[in-house]
Amino acid sequence: MARFIVKRLVAMIAVLFAISVLTFLMLEAIPNGSPAERLGGRLATAAELHEINIEYGFNKPLYVQYVKSMEQIFSGTAYSYSQGLNVVDQVKAGLPATLSLSLGAGVIWLFFSIVVGTITAIKSGRFTERVLTVLAMMGVSFPPFFLGAVLIYYLGYKAKIFPLGGYVPLFNDPVQWAVHLVLPWFTLSVLFIGFYSRVLRSTILDTINEDYVRTARAKGLSERQVLVRHILRNSLIPIISLWGLDLAQVIGGGAILTESIYNLHGVGQFARDSIAHLDLTSILVVTMLTAVAVVVLAAVVDVLYALLDPRIRLG
Amino acid sequence: MPSRAPAANVMATQSAAGSEFSEVSPALLDDNEELPPGLGPWKLAWRRLRRNRVSLAFGVVFLIIVILCVGAPIYSHDIAHIGPNIENVSGTVKIGNKRVHIVSLSSIPVGPTWHSHYFLGADLNGRDLAVRLLYGGRNSLEVGGVATLITMFLAVILGVVAGYFRGWADGIISRVLDIIWAYPAVLLGVALGATLAVSGIDFGLFSLKGNSLIVPAFVIGIVYVPYVAKPVRGQVLQLREREFVDAARQQGLSHFRIMTGEILPNLASTIIVFVPLILANAILLEAGLSYLGAGVQPPNPSWGTMISDGVSTIPAAFHLVLVPGIMLVLAVLSINVFGDGLRDALDPRAKVRIAR
Repeated sequence: MARFIVKRLVAMIAVLFAISVLTFLMLEAIPNGSPAERLGGRLATAAELHEINIEYGFNKPLYVQYVKSMEQIFSGTAYSYSQGLNVVDQVKAGLPATLSLSLGAGVIWLFFSIVVGTITAIKSGRFTERVLTVLAMMGVSFPPFFLGAVLIYYLGYKAKIFPLGGYVPLFNDPVQWAVHLVLPWFTLSVLFIGFYSRVLRSTILDTINEDYVRTARAKGLSERQVLVRHILRNSLIPIISLWGLDLAQVIGGGAILTESIYNLHGVGQFARDSIAHLDLTSILVVTMLTAVAVVVLAAVVDVLYALLDPRIRLG
Repeated sequence: MPSRAPAANVMATQSAAGSEFSEVSPALLDDNEELPPGLGPWKLAWRRLRRNRVSLAFGVVFLIIVILCVGAPIYSHDIAHIGPNIENVSGTVKIGNKRVHIVSLSSIPVGPTWHSHYFLGADLNGRDLAVRLLYGGRNSLEVGGVATLITMFLAVILGVVAGYFRGWADGIISRVLDIIWAYPAVLLGVALGATLAVSGIDFGLFSLKGNSLIVPAFVIGIVYVPYVAKPVRGQVLQLREREFVDAARQQGLSHFRIMTGEILPNLASTIIVFVPLILANAILLEAGLSYLGAGVQPPNPSWGTMISDGVSTIPAAFHLVLVPGIMLVLAVLSINVFGDGLRDALDPRAKVRIAR
């Protein structure tokens, strides 16, 4: 077991390293990406550009710049080129909104995926299944910014039931916090419920023909017990692992579209703004944050699996 | 954003496409499905697909959307008498017997007129929304289609090579796929798209303008490679151990011949199942990138940029959001439903597994 964990850790660090290098190189290779020109503005003279280059070390070899950027990011002293603000602080400021959105939506989408997936599997071929399948299909076909715009317009402007967007900190006003997040939670969840319920349905239909399910029925367990203890328990494995990865992406700014349409000022919106300004440091930091979240959660999921399922550990 | 979303369907598909037709015995099929024995796998699949009326209907809907959009330059000018990027802020248009400003003095564009001029209304710049919708669809579909081609092409090559050779080739390819997989895809797409859109690419012989459609298509194409390459690799790992591959090896066929002649044909159903899946998601991601300003560049329309333009006018002129939005959802939904039917048709086991 220890060996498995160590192996997984090494792979994790390797992937993170590769992602950071790749992002760094990609941002460097961007044709008009010269950071000195962006810092100096359009009217900077060659001499000024030269000074900026020396001050920030842009004239050093790439690997030196890479090491320096990483040092700055991990010591929390990375400053954005365009506004001169501390990037790590900026990301931290966005985290409460992003975490509220992603954790809330994560719970919602996991719960409803399991419900819808199970119902569509056990009612396979019936009317209920058809209706839910159509809904799931609709769910995966709605881009979040369009769904968000429709909800804001009809429920916000027209019916005046929900606010038009924005984020209220949880500790300022818990009720307003929740009211402001209802639509974003829904918008973000719909997509995932659509996908997950389809996956769960097909894994349940796979599991249902397994020998151990027949055995469970044969030994006289009730249909409910068979479903919960034997079928669901096994079918949920892929769902939970997908959930871990998707949640990580959403925490790391992946909800960029939902955050933008609802104006939540989270990490995703910060990423969007820094991309609009072509602010390399900020993009690098957000990318790293997402990558860390994804890779760490993926590793946690793997280790949990190995603990639960000896086939993975030994195979 | 469906950055990781296809993974879900991929997993659902994996089990589906992993089966081979040749192994399906007629006994496995539905009781009420009376199929003559001795039909080939493709014919069986076609019969099953034909029985699935809903899927076929949606397939036809998508086909109509494609024809309408792709053919737009041929007919749209004759009907609407205006191009997609032509602005007319000061003009007027007839609704019933009244003449109405295309863009009112308080800069609210006119809504649907339901006749050939400004059929679906105008946007803020007085451009014909219906014409832009068709041309925008052309761009959205083109980006989605090219991105799908790029994804399938790269993914099949990488998956087959990794699965066939195993060893270090597999090691390298799998790690590369892991890296793309762990990458925050939307962020990557947006960052690349936004920067490339500003400057274009210029490597001597190979140069692209920033507003080229190839830029977003390429970005999106790369993002989805792991979702297809991983299951393809898994299937090739199984195929390479089969007797017919062994036989080909004994005959002294080259690796290339075995991969293209023996293994590739057996991947056909997997590949077919993935195409609509990736296409739907590529179109959605294109809309997302364009919405964020990192995809198709103005004044070129695409469904995403049109929605993005419309969002800024909420609540004054909501038809600017609704028109492209509904079209986008309809296109993606029809691909999804058709793709689902296709998957069921190609996976005979799915039908039998009816739970109690």
